[in-house]
Amino acid sequence: MLGRIHSIETFGTVDGPGIRFVLFLKGCPLRCLYCHNPDTWGMEGAITMEASEIIEKVLKYKNYYKNGGLTISGGEPLVQIDFLIEVCKLAKENKIHTAVDTSGITFNFNDTSKFDELIKYVDLFLLDIKHINEEKCIKLTGKSNINTLEFARYLDRNNKKMWIRQVLLPGYTSSKNDLMKTKEFIKTLKNVEKIEVLPYHTMGEVKYKNLNIPYPLKGVDTPSKELVLEANKILKGE
Amino acid sequence: MKYIEWQGFIPGKWSNDEVDVRDFIQKNYTPYEGDGSFLKPATEATKKLWDEILELSRKEREAGGVLDADTSVVSNLTSHAPGYIDKDLEKIVGLQTDKPFKRALQPFGGIKMAEQALSLYGYQIDPEIKHIFTNYRKTHNDGVFDVYTPEMRLARRAHILTGLPDAYGRGRIIGDYRRVALYGVDYLIKQKEEDKSLIDGEMTPEKIRNREEIADQIKALKRLKLMAESYGCDISKPAGTAKEAIQATYFGYLGAIKDQNGAAMSIGRISTFLDIYIQRDLDNGLIDETEAQELIDHLVMKLRIVKFMRIQSYNELFSGDPTWVTEAIGGMGVDGRTLVTKNSFRILHTLRNLGPAPEPNLTVLWSKNLPLNFKRFCAQLSIDTSSVQYESDDLMRPEMGDDYAIACCVSAMRVGKDMQFFGARANLAKCLLYALNGGADEMMLDKETGKPLQVSPVYARVTSDEALDYNDVIQKFEQMTEWLAGVYVNVLNIIHYMHDKYAYEAIEMALHDSEVRRFFATGIAGLSCAADSLSAIKYAKVYPIRNEHGIIVDFKTEGDFPKYGNNDDRVDSIAVYLVKSFMNKIKKHFSYRESVKTMSILTITSNVVYGKNTGNTPDGRRAGEALAPGANPMHGRDSNGALASLESVAKLPYSYSRDGISNTFSITPNSLGKDD
Repeated sequence: MLGRIHSIETFGTVDGPGIRFVLFLKGCPLRCLYCHNPDTWGMEGAITMEASEIIEKVLKYKNYYKNGGLTISGGEPLVQIDFLIEVCKLAKENKIHTAVDTSGITFNFNDTSKFDELIKYVDLFLLDIKHINEEKCIKLTGKSNINTLEFARYLDRNNKKMWIRQVLLPGYTSSKNDLMKTKEFIKTLKNVEKIEVLPYHTMGEVKYKNLNIPYPLKGVDTPSKELVLEANKILKGE
Repeated sequence: MKYIEWQGFIPGKWSNDEVDVRDFIQKNYTPYEGDGSFLKPATEATKKLWDEILELSRKEREAGGVLDADTSVVSNLTSHAPGYIDKDLEKIVGLQTDKPFKRALQPFGGIKMAEQALSLYGYQIDPEIKHIFTNYRKTHNDGVFDVYTPEMRLARRAHILTGLPDAYGRGRIIGDYRRVALYGVDYLIKQKEEDKSLIDGEMTPEKIRNREEIADQIKALKRLKLMAESYGCDISKPAGTAKEAIQATYFGYLGAIKDQNGAAMSIGRISTFLDIYIQRDLDNGLIDETEAQELIDHLVMKLRIVKFMRIQSYNELFSGDPTWVTEAIGGMGVDGRTLVTKNSFRILHTLRNLGPAPEPNLTVLWSKNLPLNFKRFCAQLSIDTSSVQYESDDLMRPEMGDDYAIACCVSAMRVGKDMQFFGARANLAKCLLYALNGGADEMMLDKETGKPLQVSPVYARVTSDEALDYNDVIQKFEQMTEWLAGVYVNVLNIIHYMHDKYAYEAIEMALHDSEVRRFFATGIAGLSCAADSLSAIKYAKVYPIRNEHGIIVDFKTEGDFPKYGNNDDRVDSIAVYLVKSFMNKIKKHFSYRESVKTMSILTITSNVVYGKNTGNTPDGRRAGEALAPGANPMHGRDSNGALASLESVAKLPYSYSRDGISNTFSITPNSLGKDD
């Protein structure tokens, strides 16, 4: 089955443990204001590849990935869930550690059959909780956070390891109250291995320019060191 | 034991009438697998001395780059009275001239260069010296230009050969400075006299030269003793303490830099050797760790202020004024023990005690088997100072053993056993353009005729305006590289003949075995540009665009093509072909003094200058734009991340490029992960 791919990073060090092969898939239903990869939203200009081709490429670097593995990111990788399942399954057959970087936005708690299949082949989920408050989440991403939170609970029920990620965007996700609520939610999960605060950065701005899309966060500053520290303190309970 | 200074050392081949520093190290060193917690901070004396040096550096910058320069005394080992920074504070003494930061006059490479370098900074050469070196004493530069053929001059002028050491010292030779400490100079002189006596019988030119060179070496060793004496040090006998050993080793090196203004003047592989002396003194209670660190800090301070007079174009070629005082640290022994000692830590620790600095070029010989504590220490130091160079010991050890050092940045040689004839680079990207244009330069015109400058013999050029045909281009490229390799090797034969004749490195060669292996170190520039260009011709459609003289000066490319740096065999195999094919062509030719031909792919800064002199290339690079450094992919074309990029480079065969392959790779600490 062909997947639609945005790009490949052979030396990923920030998306999961160790050195990782990061596969960026095309397509995402969210429109997060801080998105730094607007070029992954649609399917246009995708490179098409077979799952087996991907794994072949990963295996070329196997020596480097001893403490790492394969991360599938996006875009929203769950958009191409059939392809995602195939890639992860093949990876596990080849004893490669797998991680999926997702917002869980396409999760369907009425029919989890595909997710039941997927989680068999995924060692770790990097789950991005966009916003704990539903209204604010809609403002930030265009969609409700219900599916994300349900997906977290689902993964937890199935004992899947998770790293919870929270992008820190001043004025949007930085309020103490919201962060504390996020923390409370995380506390209800027993399989969270790690919590990561990802400070908002402006490196994506140039991509908007190239795509002729107005940059939605013009004038919003990146978070100060103090703010990052504070958020870490709250979320990690440090 | 023969000398009381050797007391406490385990004897061996090294102590039985044979100069064998490696054997001494192997029998006596103490591998260290611990961490850096034993290290001590800088002493007050070190801090004060370093502040004085920083002050001098500040003054030097204010003065426009040179603080003081000798205009009348020709530098040699004994040309200057002893110089000090602050005599009472210096544990290790010795400067290139009689004053710190005063640059020496070294005209044997070429009097014109010496004069130019001085005038660049507002100094005037003593007319008497100029007269002598113009009328009575021929220089290396004069010798080379007396012999160059018109074709060689053209190749040089058109910059298809660039950076040739025909106007400056070739450098790259590393004396085994440790011998001065271990054996003392008298013993080394005795050995050299014996070597000389063995060269007798029919006096062939070769034997005559060898006898003369050894005679020069012996004279240089005698001068080295006098130089040390002027500082109140007796190096005629072996060093008896750590301080004496460090001092004697440094004197050996100081002799070399007083004698030669070489492009790269490595110190070798001294830290583990010196650890043996430091450990002996520590064990005997003669010094403590603070004093040990102080000695190393003071040595390194001296290595940081090595300075030469250089001309503008030289500084442009090397992007500054590097001296490449490379010290090779750590690595593994062939017996499986690590060569990391406490002194490997101490010398790296100077980056903390004195702050980060590019010189000396501290180079860790990396092996996957290095002790974990040392790996961690290096990694942290790199994060904090960005001042450590790493090279693959696992790659070099099988060929070079475990007592090699690095000349310049990547060129491996066995210390005291190998030397090399440095050969700069041939520009392969430009050579590809020559292949298309039948050897007419794409940028330069013949001054007399106003027509394109014909550099190679007139070969068949591409006449069709259809898309370039890969097989046709390869055929023409083969012919052109065949020509280029021939001119190149012969240019180097001339250069090194003349360097030996007029600027012989007597003191450095005195610290080598008399029977030395010589490397003929050629090099290439523009590898990735040539590979991508050929890939474009092969996988896309590349149409030539001509100027009014019919010379192809630009290209129109339709379609995409694989680019080197993405771990894509379609183009990586072209890069491998380029390396193998050029080396094979080099191999066909006679090389001076039976030297072993090698090749390097390691422009680190000069790729900018090579690019300036190369026209538009079929890969889309514009005329004058920089070529990629060393074996790097062209800037921004590696789009699959670092590993794919590195894997492309790793396909290049080291056996065809034994003088080294470099890949410049920058990464910000943040992109290496979020945790410590």
